[in-house]
Amino acid sequence: MATTRVGFLHSLVRKEEKLLITEFNKRPNVEMVMLDDRALQFDLSSRPQVDVIVERSINHSRALHALRLYESLGIPCVNRYQVSLTCGDKILTAVALKEADVAQPDLRVTFTESSALQAIEEMGYPVVLKPAVGSWGRLLSKINDRDAAETVLEHKTVLGSYHHSIFFIQKYIAKKGRDIRAFVVGDQCIAAIYRSSDHWITNTARGATASNCPVSNELAEISLAAAEAVGGGVVAIDLFESDQGLLVNEVNYTMEFRNSIDTTGVNIPDKVIDYVLSQARC
Amino acid sequence: MAECPVCGAELTLSDDLVKGELLECDDCGTELEVTNLEPITVEEAPEAEEDWGQ
Repeated sequence: MATTRVGFLHSLVRKEEKLLITEFNKRPNVEMVMLDDRALQFDLSSRPQVDVIVERSINHSRALHALRLYESLGIPCVNRYQVSLTCGDKILTAVALKEADVAQPDLRVTFTESSALQAIEEMGYPVVLKPAVGSWGRLLSKINDRDAAETVLEHKTVLGSYHHSIFFIQKYIAKKGRDIRAFVVGDQCIAAIYRSSDHWITNTARGATASNCPVSNELAEISLAAAEAVGGGVVAIDLFESDQGLLVNEVNYTMEFRNSIDTTGVNIPDKVIDYVLSQARC
Repeated sequence: MAECPVCGAELTLSDDLVKGELLECDDCGTELEVTNLEPITVEEAPEAEEDWGQ
């Protein structure tokens, strides 16, 4: 049987990357080629001798460009560049979800402080202001009234870099202390967790606790639809439970799952590796 | 064998260390990065950047 050479694009090796590496090393006829993004050079024509690349860079901007460069050389990548482009930007994600008729919270996008304030007033309080590109719940602002809106918008305009003046405003969903993260690999929703916190931000990176969430038909259906909307592959879908049913909040393309293996009883890295190997060009 | 560059404590290392792996010093809690395997060297891990994580 031919050996499959798997390029492993990474920088720092977190628990997720270590779990994936450990699982890859258990597979027969698989050779890992470590691609540390801190040492890479691209000349637009030299091609690493790999059959597939799995992207696990911690930096979105490096992952995005590396995937485009590798795909231009004809290398299959997990995830694909287009998926990273869409998921890495909340506005592009929202557009993709809308085009696929996937339910999401009400939102507005504006480009100036005054139009942002007007949009917030029209939506009604509270709203959540998010950077279009960002993660781990950083720089999210829950805005409860006009005073807070004026203050945050002014601070973002004056103190933020240019991309903080692209305003992504989402209606706040009262989520009763938890949200859901569902894991999609290919055409399957393999597992899900509740992320619970007393804080309105429920990222596990911010201290929320994980517990198993049974994958109902409704959850699987909307998660698979969201995954397909952004281009498919290996993604984690963040969802809110609302009076209108499940709403997709975000889609993550380099998903973190360290708190979800024991919690769900699903060997997530094993499933990811099956998918990566299925994409290899041997 | 390796020492924490911050507090000097001896680090507990697994047999399957990977270059680039993140570790936490059991004594002082500093997050460290494995920068070399033979010999093993560690440095303080870089600070989180704006486009890190998901």
